[in-house]
Amino acid sequence: MGETIAILTIFVLAVFVGFEVITKVPPILHTPLMSGSNAISGITIIGAILSAGSQFTTLTTVLGFAAVVFATINVVGGYLVTNRMLAMFKRKE
Amino acid sequence: MSPDLVRFAYLVAASLFVLGLKGLSHPRTAVRGNRLSALGMFIAVVVTLIDQQIVRFEVIVAGIVLGGAIGAVWALKVPMTAMPQFVGLCNGFGGGASVLVAGAAYVEVALQSDGALPLQFGIATLASGLIGGVTFWGSLVAFGKLQGIVSEKAVRFTGDHVLKGLFLLIGLAAGVLSILQPENAHYYWIMIGIASILGILLVVPIGGADMPVVIALLNSYSGMAAAATGFVLSNNVLIISGSLVGASGFILTSIMCKAMNRSLANVIFAGVGGDAGDSDTGPADDLYEGKVKSTTAEEVAMVLDSARRVVIVPGYGMAVAQAQHAVRDLANQLESDGVEVEFAIHPVAGRMPGHMNVLLAEADVPYDRLKEMDEANTGFEQTDVTIVIGANDVVNPLARDAADTPLTGMPILNVDKSRTVVVIKRSLSPGFAGIPNPLFAADNCLMLFADGKDAVQELTTAVNEI
Repeated sequence: MGETIAILTIFVLAVFVGFEVITKVPPILHTPLMSGSNAISGITIIGAILSAGSQFTTLTTVLGFAAVVFATINVVGGYLVTNRMLAMFKRKE
Repeated sequence: MSPDLVRFAYLVAASLFVLGLKGLSHPRTAVRGNRLSALGMFIAVVVTLIDQQIVRFEVIVAGIVLGGAIGAVWALKVPMTAMPQFVGLCNGFGGGASVLVAGAAYVEVALQSDGALPLQFGIATLASGLIGGVTFWGSLVAFGKLQGIVSEKAVRFTGDHVLKGLFLLIGLAAGVLSILQPENAHYYWIMIGIASILGILLVVPIGGADMPVVIALLNSYSGMAAAATGFVLSNNVLIISGSLVGASGFILTSIMCKAMNRSLANVIFAGVGGDAGDSDTGPADDLYEGKVKSTTAEEVAMVLDSARRVVIVPGYGMAVAQAQHAVRDLANQLESDGVEVEFAIHPVAGRMPGHMNVLLAEADVPYDRLKEMDEANTGFEQTDVTIVIGANDVVNPLARDAADTPLTGMPILNVDKSRTVVVIKRSLSPGFAGIPNPLFAADNCLMLFADGKDAVQELTTAVNEI
């Protein structure tokens, strides 16, 4: 139970940090915020890598492989498209 | 690598994610923020790869190469007008990845255990499976709607709420059984199947203009699914990142709801816009009869010639007509004639949060010209001409003045306060809410009936010729 409480603590504090940070994002950047945070949610890639690489059973390897593909699309696509969008926001020269 | 070192690297990654999101508080720091965030992801992936738990790399490398290639090509090719679909589908992949990881972990643990699963693990796999399944399939439907593959209309049938409630209960029951009887893994997959159906049922009844809310909500779900998977694996960086994304999506969802003066429950369950369009012609005819003034590009150019301050109000119609570059040309032309030009952007204009801003930024409109609703509303009374392009409900004065309409109470852009309003629109058809817009019949309103892009181009030429 001790460990559960410990990670629950991290979870709750992270939610608060999230609220604090995200409320400061101005509306003009809401689309990049979505695509950028999408890329961050691709962090499941590390769980996917462990599933795909641990070779526990064929089933877990297949699931892991599919998860790696999905998560990588999310990570690579998310960061690239965010970068593309943000590069377009310019001030008047 | 020692487990502590791995955890430390994950902490660095999580910190970089927070700093990255912090960078998004201003366009100046945003690019750097995004790179910091990507660096955090890179560190997390590399550390995981050199962790000793990995036996063979072939499958991983194949997955990363395949996913990376798809992601890169897609991200570099996708047009900005298709960004809502892109983000919608990405939400789905995030949710899908979470389900698959939780599923693999479930299979692994279930095979090794006799009797019920540990509580934290059990609840977390249940949550990850349910939320992730809903996110994946819900996002696919949202993508289909935005791409025009699935009907954008709010598809409803009697008893759909009961059906959804029933599926949720069955899904939960299957989930609980999967925890109590892990030797029978079918329950887990049944739960995923039910969650998938639930995801479809939840999004199908939601109409096009409510998409910003749904996309934001699914964004939040994809984060929550990642956090739940973090609990499955007892992995801090997944929990932290998932919570950040969950919070982000939740905030955007509530901003979108507030901008429509509707509760989340109302958006999800009430399904506005089922048969928008054809039903309400009776009162609309009375309202518009003899009062609507149709105009031409030349006439508008004449009005613009004496204007000192012009505000442009874009809506989803601008995205559909791909008119953002034409609009930029018009704004530049006006500015070169010494006119002050601003863009007023309603929070729910378009199909996702921030949609209009991205399109205008793509067309090289400087971001300091893009004004949020509250700021824009302070300026309409000093505005000579407001040009509305492809927006309708967000400028409908009924939302402000009438008591009993689907729009009542929704904050709008008060374009009717400016001296002259020019509305560029194909016809007098109502917006998503299905009610007529008295703005079109107002004394200070001129209607320019045309395709958005053609009209703006003609207007630019006409202004140039004066």
